[in-house]
Amino acid sequence: MRLYALAVYAFLYLPIAIIALFSFSAGRSASQMQGFSLQWYGRALNNPFVMEALWTSVRVAFLSAVLATIVGTMAALALTGMRGRMRRVFDLLVQIAVMIPGIVIGIATLIALVSVFDLVNPWLEVATGWKLQLGIGSLIGAHGLFTMSLVVLLVRGRMETLDPALIEASGDLGATPMGTFRQVTLPQILPAILAGFLLAFTFSFDDFIIAFFVAGAETTLPIYVFSSIRRGVTPEINAIGTMVMAASLLMLIVAQLLLRRSQAQARR
Amino acid sequence: MTQTRARALLLTPAGLWYAALLLLPLAVVLIFSFGERSAIGGYAPGFTLEQYANLPARFAAFRNTLTLAPVGTLASLLIAYPLAYFLAVKVSPKWKTMLLVLVIVPFWTSILIRSYAWIFLLGGKGIPALLDVIGLADVRLLNTPFAVLVGIVYGYLPLMVFPIYVALEKLDKRLLEAAADLGTPPWRAFLQITLPLSMPGVLTGSMLVFILLMGEFLIPAILGGGKVFFVGNALVDLFLQSRNWAFGSAVAVALVVIMLITVGIYTRLVKRFGASRDDVGLM
Repeated sequence: MRLYALAVYAFLYLPIAIIALFSFSAGRSASQMQGFSLQWYGRALNNPFVMEALWTSVRVAFLSAVLATIVGTMAALALTGMRGRMRRVFDLLVQIAVMIPGIVIGIATLIALVSVFDLVNPWLEVATGWKLQLGIGSLIGAHGLFTMSLVVLLVRGRMETLDPALIEASGDLGATPMGTFRQVTLPQILPAILAGFLLAFTFSFDDFIIAFFVAGAETTLPIYVFSSIRRGVTPEINAIGTMVMAASLLMLIVAQLLLRRSQAQARR
Repeated sequence: MTQTRARALLLTPAGLWYAALLLLPLAVVLIFSFGERSAIGGYAPGFTLEQYANLPARFAAFRNTLTLAPVGTLASLLIAYPLAYFLAVKVSPKWKTMLLVLVIVPFWTSILIRSYAWIFLLGGKGIPALLDVIGLADVRLLNTPFAVLVGIVYGYLPLMVFPIYVALEKLDKRLLEAAADLGTPPWRAFLQITLPLSMPGVLTGSMLVFILLMGEFLIPAILGGGKVFFVGNALVDLFLQSRNWAFGSAVAVALVVIMLITVGIYTRLVKRFGASRDDVGLM
């Protein structure tokens, strides 16, 4: 049994370890270790295409996560304790957003946006000299839609474990609803909100498939990596991959710690 | 009354977002699937069932998806179950959290990069080179259904381990003690108590993995070498290369419908097993 577990862990970590190891290779071969060097990290960080893709990814991930967190938290607050048709409609929307494959969301968003743009742009261009196109905006919109649903699930889950007596007590003591929210509810759900933000950021940062369709002329880091793999593996890609994995991990460790704190609070 | 209004206000931004970027796009796909391909690519309005009649043209993609998704789900299940069992039953509480986190960590790093790692392992200088040493020369692994299967299991294993672990962890150990006291051999106790009681976890995990596999694109694209096409790959091809939006939409609708049917059946099963869990509780 123990040996079996060990084998599965080896299976899980061997590929990651190999990428990380080869990224330190001094040679040009991507699949062989030839001495130790950090040169590929230097190359990756000095590659303007990589840096531009990274910057796009960071901006999209940050903005979509901020929007998704705010809008998702608002929706979660409204949905907690809600009954009736509206509640069922929103539950269904959250489910659809999480369940429909990313690839279908990607193509659907692509053709819907392009069609709407084709309709609107002739007027808009005459009126403002400016036209709508795919890019940062559509990336933020499409990523945020999915991650907002995750935020709703996380924050609503936390809200449902809150002690309603605290909110009643606050009201009895004369706090306004806004004051109660700021001083009682918000501090308790904050870890879940922050965890939601970090998950949203990581999802957007790592997402390839939705971005592949809605990025237009923009290139995100996963899109860059994918097209580079198509051209052949290089140690530079190994270095980028290792850095991306390390960054995602860091974000998720923080998210996990926050969630655990939120759960510990719930138990208290 | 004011509370209702506050709720409506709080829900408005999310509602608009869902309407603009979920419902509208899905409606557009549905409408386009009844249309035609315009001469310059893209879409021309119309109402025809031609696109659906053309679906058999992508038979290979549907076949690959509908075989490798269940096979991949089953393979993940068979590998994940013993590990989940080990973590839930055998490991001391001290190590449990750490070992669990170690299962999830790879899942939370880019699937793109993790899949691409298998190019090294399955390629010429990886496992085939090792097999060559023991006399199995010229084994081709990369760009085969096997490579895609390995990538699938590797990519989604954590999603399977976790729900099964949760189900096993909740299992009332007293049931097993009672069974042992009544002289039930361990293997029978496993088959009659542990396995049925872990079914909700098995079904949840299988559903999660299956849903993701139905829409898979990356793993076949990276490890299948253009030979093991999934519906996801057909969609990318139809929308980005041949720009046949009407037919692509029909393929997407078909994929979602197949998924919904499967998920529906699954939900039924989960409900059935949920009920049987209560029966055991009453015993």
